[in-house]
Amino acid sequence: MVTVDARGLSCPQPVMLAKQAIDKGEFPIEVLVDTVTSRENVRRLAQRLGLKVQAEPSGDGFKVTLDK
Amino acid sequence: MSERLTRFFASRWGIILAGAAIGLLAPLLQKAGNPPNMGICVACFERDIAGALGLHRAAVVQYIRPEIIAFVLGSLIAALLFKEFKPRAGSAPIVRFFLGMFAMIGALAFLGCPWRALLRLAGGDLNAILGLAGLVTGIAVGVLFLKAGYNLGRAQRTHTAVGWVMPLFMVSLLVLLILRPQFTKDGAIFFSKTGPGSLHAPILISLAVGLVIGFLAQRTRFCTMGSIRDVILMGDTHLISGVGALLVVAFLTNLALGQFKLGFSPQPVAHSSHLWNFLGMSLAGLAFALAGGCPGRQLFLAGEGDGDAGVFVIGMIVGAGFSHNFALAGTPDSVVDGVIKVGGLTTYGQWAVIIGLVLCLLIGFTMRSKKAGEV
Repeated sequence: MVTVDARGLSCPQPVMLAKQAIDKGEFPIEVLVDTVTSRENVRRLAQRLGLKVQAEPSGDGFKVTLDK
Repeated sequence: MSERLTRFFASRWGIILAGAAIGLLAPLLQKAGNPPNMGICVACFERDIAGALGLHRAAVVQYIRPEIIAFVLGSLIAALLFKEFKPRAGSAPIVRFFLGMFAMIGALAFLGCPWRALLRLAGGDLNAILGLAGLVTGIAVGVLFLKAGYNLGRAQRTHTAVGWVMPLFMVSLLVLLILRPQFTKDGAIFFSKTGPGSLHAPILISLAVGLVIGFLAQRTRFCTMGSIRDVILMGDTHLISGVGALLVVAFLTNLALGQFKLGFSPQPVAHSSHLWNFLGMSLAGLAFALAGGCPGRQLFLAGEGDGDAGVFVIGMIVGAGFSHNFALAGTPDSVVDGVIKVGGLTTYGQWAVIIGLVLCLLIGFTMRSKKAGEV
């Protein structure tokens, strides 16, 4: 499990960090975000790349899990 | 239900709906009294607010624009309803203030924010092409910085009251608009008697339209800068489909209302000094990209509790003060004795744009880190 902590970062950082992790090819990836905007942006990126996405509330924000 | 609505607004149809709503409502606001090709302009309207408060004394652009107030409040309502109101702050606010200031100086060199650039084009003003080309160029430079690790650091969750500062500031402006107090003889609050500042739709109509747009834009994250950035950075066409919808619907609405007039000059509240239209918007685009949002988006973020976006907005309002006090804003083309006199920038305005570009480049080069969010 690779964890990307994108909490507190504004657009487009969470998506860029998620993309970097995806490009490294180690799955599953857990992206921590703290706004619905970031959650939906990461979800859209993953869907565009044909990955499995699951999002759940986590602490003050969300945990978005990406897998092949 | 709430989750399903959220997913709809996050979908491509959601963003198209938001863009189309702005494209329809802005020309209608113009019909209802707002200035020509300026149904909505976030930069111009914040400039008018600065003028009304007396932060600058350009007598033709002074009015407390209800649209700006309602954008923040509409976003606030949406954020509260959908439980997304999240007070946060602390991501290099002083830098965001100056980015806002110079974004405004650049936008006023061109005479419009990205929304107005689109609305001007939709009204047939071809100068907008130079402005939009500049916008894309500025954002493209911003993307290079982003790729090289530029970021302003993490924001922190903070007191609920912090998130309410901008909405309450907007309510205060609304009170000043309604009561129209005059604090000293011949002093603020100022309301233009002639010029663009004197042209406005009835307050309730402006407020209603602003609330609808604020609500939709908060739900869909509508952002003109983001739309171009995402295409350049990731080939993501999500946001730009909303911008496309804005342009197409505004064009059709202008045609239907007889508000379309094709050409370079004279166009309403516009100049045909091509180089400075381009460079002014390059500065604005770069500053928006470095700050993570166009002027509209910053208002919607401020409404959902983002204190850093609020600082950017205040920076823009202060920037408008400097812009007009120092004669940095573009002068529109005019017709003198039947001859078109090309407007544009004073030497001061040209220097201000160049200084702004240098400052933004310095920010881009110096605020980078290998790992995002770490300094």
